[in-house]
Amino acid sequence: MAELGAGSLLTGDPAFNYQEHELNERLKRLYPAVNEEETPLPRSWSPKDKYSYIGLSQNNLRVHYKGHGKNHKDAASVRAIHPIPAACGIYYFEVKIVSKGRDGYMGIGLSAQGVNMNRLPGWDKHSYGYHGDDGHSFCSSGTGQPYGPTFTTGDVIGCCVNLINNTCFYTKNGQSLGVAFTDLPPNLYPTVGLQTPGEIVDANFGQQPFVFDIEDYMSEWRAKIHSMIARFPIGERLGDWQAVLQNMVSSYLVHHGYCATAMAFASATETMIQEDQTSIKNRQSIQKLVLAGRVGEAIDATQQLYPGLLEHNPNLLFMLKCRQFVEMVNGTDSEVRCFSVRSPKSQDSYLGSPNLSPRHGATNAHLHNTGADSPTCSNGVTPTNKNKSHNKYTGVSSASSSPSSSPSSVNYSESNSTDSTKSQPHSATSNQETSDSEMEIEAEHYSNGVTESSTRIMNGTYKHQEILQADDSSVGNGVADDSCSSRQLCGGNQAATERMIQFGRELQALSEQLCRQYGKNATHKKMLQSLRICPNSLHSCWLWVRPPSACS
Amino acid sequence: MMACLLEAPLRISVLSEVTATSRHYVDRLFDPDPQNVLQGVIDMKNAVIGNNRQKANLIVLGAVPRLLYLLQQSSSSLELRTECAVVLGSLAMGTENNIKSLVDCHIIPALLQGLLCSDLIFIEACLRCLRTVFISPVTPVQLLYTDPTVIPHLMSLLSRSQHTQEYITQIFAHCCKTPEHQTVLFNHGAIQNIAPLLISPSFKVRMQALKCFSVLAYENAQVSMTLVNVLVDGEQLSQVFVRMMQRDKPIEMQLTAAKCLTYMCRAGAIRTDDNCIVLKTLPCLVRMCSKERLLEERVEGAETLAYLMEPDIELQRIASVTDHLVSMLADYFKYPSSVSAITDIKRLDHDLKHAHELRQAAFKLYASLGSNDEDIRKKITETENMMDRIVSGLSESSIKVRLAAVRCLHSLSRSVQQLRTSFHDHAVWKPLMKLLQNAPDEVLVMASSTLCNLLLEFSPSKEPILESGVIELLCSLTQSDSPALRVNGIWALMNMAFQADQKVKVEIVRALGTEQLFRLLSDPDTNVLMKTLGLLRNLLSTRPHIDQVMSSHGKQIMQAVTLILEGEHSIEVKEQTLCILANIADGNTAKELIMTNDDMLQKIKYYMGHSNVKLQLAATFCISNLIWNEEDGSQERQDKLRDMGFVDILHKLTQASDPNLCDRAKTAMQHTPWWIEALMLWTPFGES
Repeated sequence: MAELGAGSLLTGDPAFNYQEHELNERLKRLYPAVNEEETPLPRSWSPKDKYSYIGLSQNNLRVHYKGHGKNHKDAASVRAIHPIPAACGIYYFEVKIVSKGRDGYMGIGLSAQGVNMNRLPGWDKHSYGYHGDDGHSFCSSGTGQPYGPTFTTGDVIGCCVNLINNTCFYTKNGQSLGVAFTDLPPNLYPTVGLQTPGEIVDANFGQQPFVFDIEDYMSEWRAKIHSMIARFPIGERLGDWQAVLQNMVSSYLVHHGYCATAMAFASATETMIQEDQTSIKNRQSIQKLVLAGRVGEAIDATQQLYPGLLEHNPNLLFMLKCRQFVEMVNGTDSEVRCFSVRSPKSQDSYLGSPNLSPRHGATNAHLHNTGADSPTCSNGVTPTNKNKSHNKYTGVSSASSSPSSSPSSVNYSESNSTDSTKSQPHSATSNQETSDSEMEIEAEHYSNGVTESSTRIMNGTYKHQEILQADDSSVGNGVADDSCSSRQLCGGNQAATERMIQFGRELQALSEQLCRQYGKNATHKKMLQSLRICPNSLHSCWLWVRPPSACS
Repeated sequence: MMACLLEAPLRISVLSEVTATSRHYVDRLFDPDPQNVLQGVIDMKNAVIGNNRQKANLIVLGAVPRLLYLLQQSSSSLELRTECAVVLGSLAMGTENNIKSLVDCHIIPALLQGLLCSDLIFIEACLRCLRTVFISPVTPVQLLYTDPTVIPHLMSLLSRSQHTQEYITQIFAHCCKTPEHQTVLFNHGAIQNIAPLLISPSFKVRMQALKCFSVLAYENAQVSMTLVNVLVDGEQLSQVFVRMMQRDKPIEMQLTAAKCLTYMCRAGAIRTDDNCIVLKTLPCLVRMCSKERLLEERVEGAETLAYLMEPDIELQRIASVTDHLVSMLADYFKYPSSVSAITDIKRLDHDLKHAHELRQAAFKLYASLGSNDEDIRKKITETENMMDRIVSGLSESSIKVRLAAVRCLHSLSRSVQQLRTSFHDHAVWKPLMKLLQNAPDEVLVMASSTLCNLLLEFSPSKEPILESGVIELLCSLTQSDSPALRVNGIWALMNMAFQADQKVKVEIVRALGTEQLFRLLSDPDTNVLMKTLGLLRNLLSTRPHIDQVMSSHGKQIMQAVTLILEGEHSIEVKEQTLCILANIADGNTAKELIMTNDDMLQKIKYYMGHSNVKLQLAATFCISNLIWNEEDGSQERQDKLRDMGFVDILHKLTQASDPNLCDRAKTAMQHTPWWIEALMLWTPFGES
């Protein structure tokens, strides 16, 4: 089998083509719900996302160790080229141990993007592994738990991620070893790690038939879910079905704040809406403030309209404040806006074209990860202002940013932003048509959140952290060069910058307080870390908002 | 006919409750107008559906004989006969007492007779009723086999309709209980006739056909061997079973298909390393043990899995790492759970009913898992509270649980490490000894062989067991009618005598009594004989013990040895006997018993020239010990033996092709006194 892949780097090789064909067929059969244009499946190891002690060969399917292998500091891992798409439902890959090398310190598992590759899978946060030397499972920890048998040369180890219940189990030579991990986070990459010379493993992402009968396992889950749906309790009485459907539609409308539509729907179907109309509108306006980047106002509004809500959800408050900090840096938030000349509304109107947003998804596979970091980080800088020194790591975005603002999109955004503040008072009188269009705009606006400007940021983070940090220091050392003059912090206002730095300190303090109160929180830590790689704040904030050592 | 009505006193009390309407239904069966009779039967049918009291009433009032009469009467219309069969079928659906009454009224022969009719509807009605009667536990299975024409006729009816297929296969699946039943069905072509039904469009038919195969193949090599070669629609039967084990199939089907393959594997028809066993059957059975399954399924799954892997260490190893099976089984001991007791009476009742079954199934599976591999045994004993559970299992009221617990203990007792550690820590010998006091034979066999292992020389439990008066108990076991118990008894004594104190040896001889000892030496069971010889050998070790035992029992022992050496026995038995002689020859005073016995010396000489090297070696040891020259009188003995020609034989043996024998003889020749190593041959016989 391994020979099949051996010399097949040549594209004309019929064996390679055959294998490629078989891979496509198998992946299509196993994961019919996955749209590979949006979320490609892992098909090989990534030649970029690996530690230097890892060597790849045979179409990037074979992994061998080429370090010294003296101790655990010489451990090295490699991730697959793509994360596991959620649409798989159940995902499976196998690794064959070609040689256990000197000590057989091999780990097979999963890790999130960005997890240190100078380690075996399982040792770090968001990293999970099953190790061959002791048969232990490692769940984001340096100490393993007894899990299964050891494995060595000739064994085939499989790893199955069940995205329905977020668990993972392994197989050895076709036998299921039982659940290894629960509560897995999304967007994990297949990962292997090696630690001593001579260790060689081959991956099978579907190129060959699996030893374990994964399709049988999938069929069990399909049957399980079918019967769950079939047995879902619905009253026997006439009209029960209708009520369920109406409730579903109505709750969707209410949840998203489509107030007028929800009212119209309720009156047409003669049903009741649980939530008070004003409350829906309040929520809607808070949402709009957040989306417009005016997080400070959003927090104020929330505290005023829903007293106690944020007090009871300190983590939510923390998240909002992090967001606010980002918005302060780019000058959108009201706390700094007062110092600024530009109005936030005019900024809104520079948001990118709505027709662009789908392309971001297609061109940037890392949308989920980085998108969460800064989905609405709309800085007010137009593409033409962009400095060359930044362009060098904006990569893909430079192509998509130039045709960004089509006239139509400006119109949409304009109307939307005026709506967001004015719709509330006379919404009761607004007819259905306007509220429908409002709904449209709402949707468009949301997708606009991921705009050209934020794409730039995403592309920044997309690159390796090392590169970024190198850049940081160069910017830091090289003194504020032209980049500062064109991309100004907080709109270039000194007072605003001071306020922002002050806010950053408060944020840090809040984090420490939460840490004391509720213990460590990985999400917070990650959030603070993400702040330091915000391009606009490079040489200032990231010095202030270093990841809190108290929590690490 | 009326006899069956009145025989049970219980029915008299029911009689008082009989209502006029019930009587009315029965009366109408006797109407002279056949049309009225038919209408009466139809009305009766509608009246009894789902009404157990009505059913009982009608039976008490004698409806059954009349219905059977109408059913058998050729003058009755086909419609009437069919309706009668339907009503009888309905009556059979009631309580077990109903079934008993129906069987007592000879319903079975009557319905079987009805199957000879050509009308399909009527046949189906008869079969449905027969099915209901036969699947009841109160119906004697044998009734299906009394008339030899019945089975072939049922086979021929299999092709008539899906209903006949369903009912007949269900009858077969329930009525095949013994190897004889299997043979009867097999000889009438059950396999060829039923195999095509495995791909029937009807689920019920497929399921019942599958069940037929599981009962046919159970411990039956002939059936199993035939099954592997059967093709269904061009596909091998084993592959059909594998498909039926797919995870999206109903659990009942998966489990039954796994049983079929398990039985075929155990019967030798499928190799244990076949993929359909390793990758399909075993994982399927492990899944059946999971918490998600019903309690009944978990019991059956565990028992079948235990049976599947019992003889195969590789399967045991695989199962031990599959889906955390070892810790999954620990859950079997958690019923009834404390939650079920409070919240739900129904659930508690259900749990209680299955608790024993679950426990014994888990013990069985642990026993099977740990029967060979040391690592697995360790894993089992390290499972939460495992040893405590075994200990309490040994004294449970349910005999099934006790038996399974002691089986599990036996399996684990094969581990030297466990004997030294967990067995001692938990004082398992105590409940074990208690169990041995008063238990049925099957439990005794298991318990006593476990005891054998606990009495091994290195077992720390040996001392306390000795002090608890075990010798008497073991001696009584040697008098049992069961060869297995006799072997275990004498085996345990043998282990106990190994390197034991003089006191213990004397106690063993005293308690057993020479008479019993010699009775055992003529035991028909070779195993018993071998272990008895082993006991003698262990008793006759170290010089003072040899002399002591021989001075009191020398005459009988020499007699027994002569008897065995002259008798028709296997090489192993004779070798063991010669070793005893060699031990006797090692004694100070005891050796005179041989030296003064010329007949015995001739025998030794004979065995030194035997064609079997082992016997030659043993006999040479014996002579070596006799010639040993550091003792008193060695010169005389050497002279006598030289005169008898032993030196010539030794000389010849120095040319022997066997290196051991050759060395031994050479050493003896070069250095009279000869090197003696009889003791080095000794091995503890604890391990089998």
